[in-house]
Amino acid sequence: MNAAHTIDDIASLRRILRESRTVAVVGLSAEWHRPSYFAAKYMQQHGYRIIPVNPRYAEILGERCYPSLLEIDAQVDMVDVFRRTDDVLPIAQQAVEIGARCLWQQIGVVNADAAALAQAAGLDSVMDRCVKIEHARLFGGLHWAGVNTRVVSARRPV
Amino acid sequence: MADHEFQPETLAIHAGQIPDAATGARALPIYQTTSFVFDSADHAASLFNLQTFGNVYSRLSNPTVAALEERVAALEGGRAGLASASGMASEAMALMTLLQQGDHVVAAGALYGGSVSMLAVNLKKLGIETSFVDAGSADAFAAAIKPNTRAVFAESLGNPSLKLLDIAAVADVAHAHGVPLIIDNTVPSPFLCNPIRFGADIVVHSATKYLAGHGTTLGGVIVESGRFPWDNGKFPGMTEPSPGYHGVKFFETFGDFGFTMRARMETLRVYGAALSPTSAWQIMQGVETLHVRMERHCANALAVAKFLQAHPRVGWVNYPGLPDHEQHALLAKQMRVVNGAPGASGLLAFGVKGGLAAGVKFIEAAQFMSHLANIGDTRTLIIHPASTTHRQLDDTQQIAAGVLPDMVRISVGIEHIDDILWDIDQALSRAGE
Repeated sequence: MNAAHTIDDIASLRRILRESRTVAVVGLSAEWHRPSYFAAKYMQQHGYRIIPVNPRYAEILGERCYPSLLEIDAQVDMVDVFRRTDDVLPIAQQAVEIGARCLWQQIGVVNADAAALAQAAGLDSVMDRCVKIEHARLFGGLHWAGVNTRVVSARRPV
Repeated sequence: MADHEFQPETLAIHAGQIPDAATGARALPIYQTTSFVFDSADHAASLFNLQTFGNVYSRLSNPTVAALEERVAALEGGRAGLASASGMASEAMALMTLLQQGDHVVAAGALYGGSVSMLAVNLKKLGIETSFVDAGSADAFAAAIKPNTRAVFAESLGNPSLKLLDIAAVADVAHAHGVPLIIDNTVPSPFLCNPIRFGADIVVHSATKYLAGHGTTLGGVIVESGRFPWDNGKFPGMTEPSPGYHGVKFFETFGDFGFTMRARMETLRVYGAALSPTSAWQIMQGVETLHVRMERHCANALAVAKFLQAHPRVGWVNYPGLPDHEQHALLAKQMRVVNGAPGASGLLAFGVKGGLAAGVKFIEAAQFMSHLANIGDTRTLIIHPASTTHRQLDDTQQIAAGVLPDMVRISVGIEHIDDILWDIDQALSRAGE
């Protein structure tokens, strides 16, 4: 799904994933088989700092878990949202408030108002994409699963 | 700022393969290794849990094979691909991933013989029933669908029936009943036809044929569209915790390539019909020139069809590319234009006057046209099914299978057309003696 306020071209996604180092994962579950856990663990293993945001937990993946974005005491580059579409707008507002550089809505999370709000405030806005899948697609790994990455290039992957 | 959309001629050469990270090699390396090291115990655990993407063992995945998988997926406009040791293995994997005991399939009647056997014998033995219907009628498919139907299976261009399927019409029927449409797209190849564009959910290929193109290497590929709603209630295997794989829910975890992941981790992994890296590399060499070869196959086949139509020793010719063919409108809708006309592949059938005996003489008089069971080679290939592949059937059974006593099937190659016509002409003369 590619709405007017969102980014999904290869060059931009690569830039966002390269520029982001700290990712706040809103709605992260501590249960290992949940998709949010899969994605967060993957990102942690690939050099990102994961900050869990979920009022239900105190700690996930060895990181302190915060009840909301506003309580985080570190600079957040990307806000990665694993919540229902209807719940995303306040999260987008908080992402702007804490000075994040990207609002990333996961697969099936498609709040266009939140995307537009983030974009208007100068954030990169990604919707309906999985951060783990896009990272694997553009930085290595996903093509080994036979997925059509749509990458055509004469350069070695960096 | 959307990404540039590359043409199939470019994808045939570039999709799935960028310069090698380890060495900078431009061409595809052959990773002829069974196994891959783990960086740490944690890395190993993540790979086994599917929390990270990587290579473990070549039965599951291999970088050379993956290049082929992605290339064919890209050529088909699909989301992901999975390769195997042969076209039949790919077909088996697609069906075995989707179906279980008690399920039902609606399939086109006149399929490639191996596909009929798989459905009517092998899968039936496991408690999966198939109804075969007239592929010329979408209504026939609809009428055969039952509450336990879980797949519809057909060929985009039949072998040797040479009948085109109205893919969109049959896809609509399948989707109205919440089941996926699986299309064997071997005969057109992805260059001439992309079934996913017309609503197919899964495409299977015998890469042995036009994809590899040179009669050297067996292989098969499955491609998924990424658009089928596996959570519609009919496919708990896609949405419930996998008993074969640590409770992973494939559709939830992998989304629009969940079917391919499941086929890889539950079916390929267990049944083991893996494609060798060397074979994948050989097939990839052929795929790079798919567009060039298909153009020539189509041009030569049309010339052969017209030549045969005018020949006194030929009773009838069946080639969908002939301008007066009854399926010309469907051909124009579904097949890429090559040389100014919709391409119809290199496959055609004709009847030699003089029946079965003349058919045999024609085959045995050919000088460089090869008598063998294959299609989609650079070489022109000929076979007379009534005296060979379908010999054990009686006349009624042969006709039901689409085989007539005088029928010769030609897979027209890319030799010079003058030479192909010369060999056909002299063999027809000898057949008349």
